[in-house]
Amino acid sequence: MNTNNSYERYHRQILLKGFGEEGQQKLLQAKVLVIGAGGLGCPALQYLTAAGVGTIGIVDDDVVALSNLHRQVLYSVNDIGLSKADTAAKVLSALNPDISITTYNERLTTANALDIINAYDLIIDGTDNFASRYMINDACVLSGKPLVYGAISQYEGQVAVFNFKNDNNDPVNYRDLFPEPPKDGEVLNCAEAGVLGILPGIIGTMMANETIKLITGIGESLINQLLTYNALANQVYTLGLSSRKETRSLIPADEAAFKQINYDWLCASPSTSFEIDVERFTVLLQEDDTAVIDVREWNEKPVVDEFAFTQIPLSELQEKMTGIKENAVIFFCQSGKRSLQAAQLLFNTFGETKKVYSLQGGLLQWNNRHVKKSV
Amino acid sequence: MQVKIIIFGQLTDITGTSVSLDNVTDTDNLVKTMNKLYPGLADKKYLVAVDKKIIAENSLLKENSTVALLPPFSGG
Repeated sequence: MNTNNSYERYHRQILLKGFGEEGQQKLLQAKVLVIGAGGLGCPALQYLTAAGVGTIGIVDDDVVALSNLHRQVLYSVNDIGLSKADTAAKVLSALNPDISITTYNERLTTANALDIINAYDLIIDGTDNFASRYMINDACVLSGKPLVYGAISQYEGQVAVFNFKNDNNDPVNYRDLFPEPPKDGEVLNCAEAGVLGILPGIIGTMMANETIKLITGIGESLINQLLTYNALANQVYTLGLSSRKETRSLIPADEAAFKQINYDWLCASPSTSFEIDVERFTVLLQEDDTAVIDVREWNEKPVVDEFAFTQIPLSELQEKMTGIKENAVIFFCQSGKRSLQAAQLLFNTFGETKKVYSLQGGLLQWNNRHVKKSV
Repeated sequence: MQVKIIIFGQLTDITGTSVSLDNVTDTDNLVKTMNKLYPGLADKKYLVAVDKKIIAENSLLKENSTVALLPPFSGG
């Protein structure tokens, strides 16, 4: 806090008993990495930036889509199709130019995770899939970094602080709750289940609150606790967690072992090798002997009239699969999730005898690019 | 012995948000009874907590214990 300007900016929280200039100084010196600049990441980033966390990293390889805007409050319609990490950084820098923001426009993988995480004091997991969550958990255990975890499902959200070392108890990590990632069918499919926009707002700001308390040392944090919030009933339920010896063996022993793990496969999420981008999709549309299949359910909007296709809803694919005679098959859906499942299903039946593709990002992405090109 | 069970996340699509059971003595017994009442629950993944503490193995229940069934959440 060298200037009167920053004193004025943070004045209202410096006034707080227990926080003071010392608390502000701790925030300014802190380095926080936010993984996922989506529904949880946006509000967390916004408040951490406003509060004056000195160094913030943002990891996200996605681009803004119209369907993000009801919950990902850093973005506007003008940002559709642009990088989330870069757009977030621009908005946040305007909010607080005095802090340093680093963007990582890439997917977090076992190859880059430890290097990125090691540059920060505390990690915030705002991702939206089990593969990333288990990978981030294991990386934080390996590198000894505290992890502020948050997740949502329909109208409920969870917050916890993992891997925070203190004198009272052994640090707990996500594998002490759920040792192994869920397999197919063990968790109801939530890919298209929907979310009330305000819910990640509430959970994301709670994650920022936990982060600020951990950095400044004020109050009681959710260390080794799991808080569940129900937005419909305004109910909060907090569980006490304890570490289990047997889960330790599930964490990779070292960096080399970590890099060998295929988290996508562990979490039974379909392989991403089927995925093609919009450019490739446009090229393949022109090929002969290629089936283009919409796997959305009957009557789902928007109606597509820009290219020819047949429709087989994902729910009917298994029974109708043998009717597909073409040697190459491109699946698409609204966001690219169901089409990826469809690609995996077809691959399970036909193996390498058919070329299988899934349009990454689905119609949302196709429309983004298509609109941009035609402007 | 009466036990209250509160259910979280998408498991509530199967069971509703709470269930009361009589004559359950321990958590293994409780899970078996729930699976009979709600067959859709049998292949789902969730953790079991008794009186706000997560349990890793079969645990005895007391009169008026509250048991929570909590599935993993992944959304963000």
